[in-house]
Amino acid sequence: MSGVRVAGVGLTPFGASPERTGRDLFAEAGCDALADADVDRDDVEALLYGNFMGELAEHQGHQGPLMAEAVGVDAPATRFEAACASSGVAVREGVKRVRNGEADVLMVGGAERMTNLGTAGATEALAIAADDLWEVSAGMTFPGAYALMAQAYFAEYGGSREDLAEIAVKNHDNALINDKAQYQREIDVETVVDAPMVSEPLGLYDSCPISDGAAAVVLVSDEFAAEHGLDASVSITGTGQGGDLMALHDREYLARSPAADEAAEEAYADADVRPGDVDVAEVHDCFTIAEVLALESLGLCEVGEGVSAAADGVTTKDGEMPVNLSGGLKAKGHPVGATGASQICELTMLLRGDHPNSDAVPEAECGLAHNAGGTVASAVVHVLEVVA
Amino acid sequence: MSDADEEVVDAGYDEWVTAVADGEGYYLECENDHGSLPPRRVCPHCGSLDIAEVPLPEAGEIQTFTVTHVATPNFTEDTPYAVCIARFGDVRVTGQMRDVAVEDVEVGLTVEIDVAQTETTGDDLVVFRPR
Ligand SMILES: [Zn+2]
Repeated sequence: MSGVRVAGVGLTPFGASPERTGRDLFAEAGCDALADADVDRDDVEALLYGNFMGELAEHQGHQGPLMAEAVGVDAPATRFEAACASSGVAVREGVKRVRNGEADVLMVGGAERMTNLGTAGATEALAIAADDLWEVSAGMTFPGAYALMAQAYFAEYGGSREDLAEIAVKNHDNALINDKAQYQREIDVETVVDAPMVSEPLGLYDSCPISDGAAAVVLVSDEFAAEHGLDASVSITGTGQGGDLMALHDREYLARSPAADEAAEEAYADADVRPGDVDVAEVHDCFTIAEVLALESLGLCEVGEGVSAAADGVTTKDGEMPVNLSGGLKAKGHPVGATGASQICELTMLLRGDHPNSDAVPEAECGLAHNAGGTVASAVVHVLEVVA
Repeated sequence: MSDADEEVVDAGYDEWVTAVADGEGYYLECENDHGSLPPRRVCPHCGSLDIAEVPLPEAGEIQTFTVTHVATPNFTEDTPYAVCIARFGDVRVTGQMRDVAVEDVEVGLTVEIDVAQTETTGDDLVVFRPR
């Protein structure tokens, strides 16, 4: 079984660029990934592409071949959809194909155009990740769903809006020197707590922004990397995926994310690492409470203790386990179909030492990516390690 | 194909809404006493194919809630509104709280289920009222 090297990464700036088409966004990320990999586009054997709301935002289905064309790749292309985990599942498929010997060179990525929909339109589009008959019909929005989980978490384990605010403050702080980030702006706890409410107890600063952007990675087999003398020091050594019932009200737990527990368990076993081996993590903080659930599912915090990890300095840039050094979805932005692949980009750079925040983790050898879809009815976890 | 202007129902779901509006709510129970909501052919908790309609308990309890201020276009005139998950025996349901000020909604509140209409579109939705 071949190892899977991340040969190159490409990211557009995340932010509000409502005029830019999805194809233009992905073309930029894909071309940058090929250039970073120093791989000829003719060597790419397939494109695995994640996108969530293309039908609503651009009236565009069948985006696989469109994106391959945009990036100049003449190869079969398939779109993957798992709400906000769309490109996470695409990465997982890419890892499997390279391991199986089905491909030596793949482009994997995703894109989302959202801000052209406006706030109400994007809120409506995001809501389709929930159960239309049973949740959306009752007025449950995407922030509303996480607010239900936050309220349940507070009731079961304690914690406060101030604790959650510390997560937002941390992630904004991490994004200050990340030029790809949507928000490069310092905030404080008071600003977060006093911000207008979106869906109580989550306010404007507990929520990730609405974003446009794209991300791409070039995955190659160990053999291809060796034959072509590629400088590809980082491998994806573990992959896992978990699932859960669609509607929150059908789940056993309202304040936990078992799909991510399953994904993490599988990814750790696959890579033969343990939570204690992880040096740096990028987790799916679409809302502040989501980072809490992620840390607990990944085994980086005990259940009930994730809420205070940022406040206690455990997950801050100078803490023992920095989380979301990119700024996370919260400050870097969340073009949903691009997010899973962008986490692989950020971690690869952090491990290679060429990320703006690499100085925070100079010895890092093991990174963890956690990408969640909907209210974590889908979860994908990847382990990345320095292998050369 | 049906004509676009013809009202097409969601079989299983729409009958359930009508039954709740008539005070005859039900849920699906499998042979292992797992509750779920229609339309279903398989119990989502154990995979049993042996599922049947049983009456929904009259009293439920709010387990979690959120007051939503930023809505989708279908609910903009309804804000602020409280979305709640309430447990009725072996099944939970998502709906909006009515007849209670949003600031007075709390976990543990005893409620009954009903159907009402949204302010924005007039569409039916599941609601809970204090009991
Ligand atoms: Zn059952």
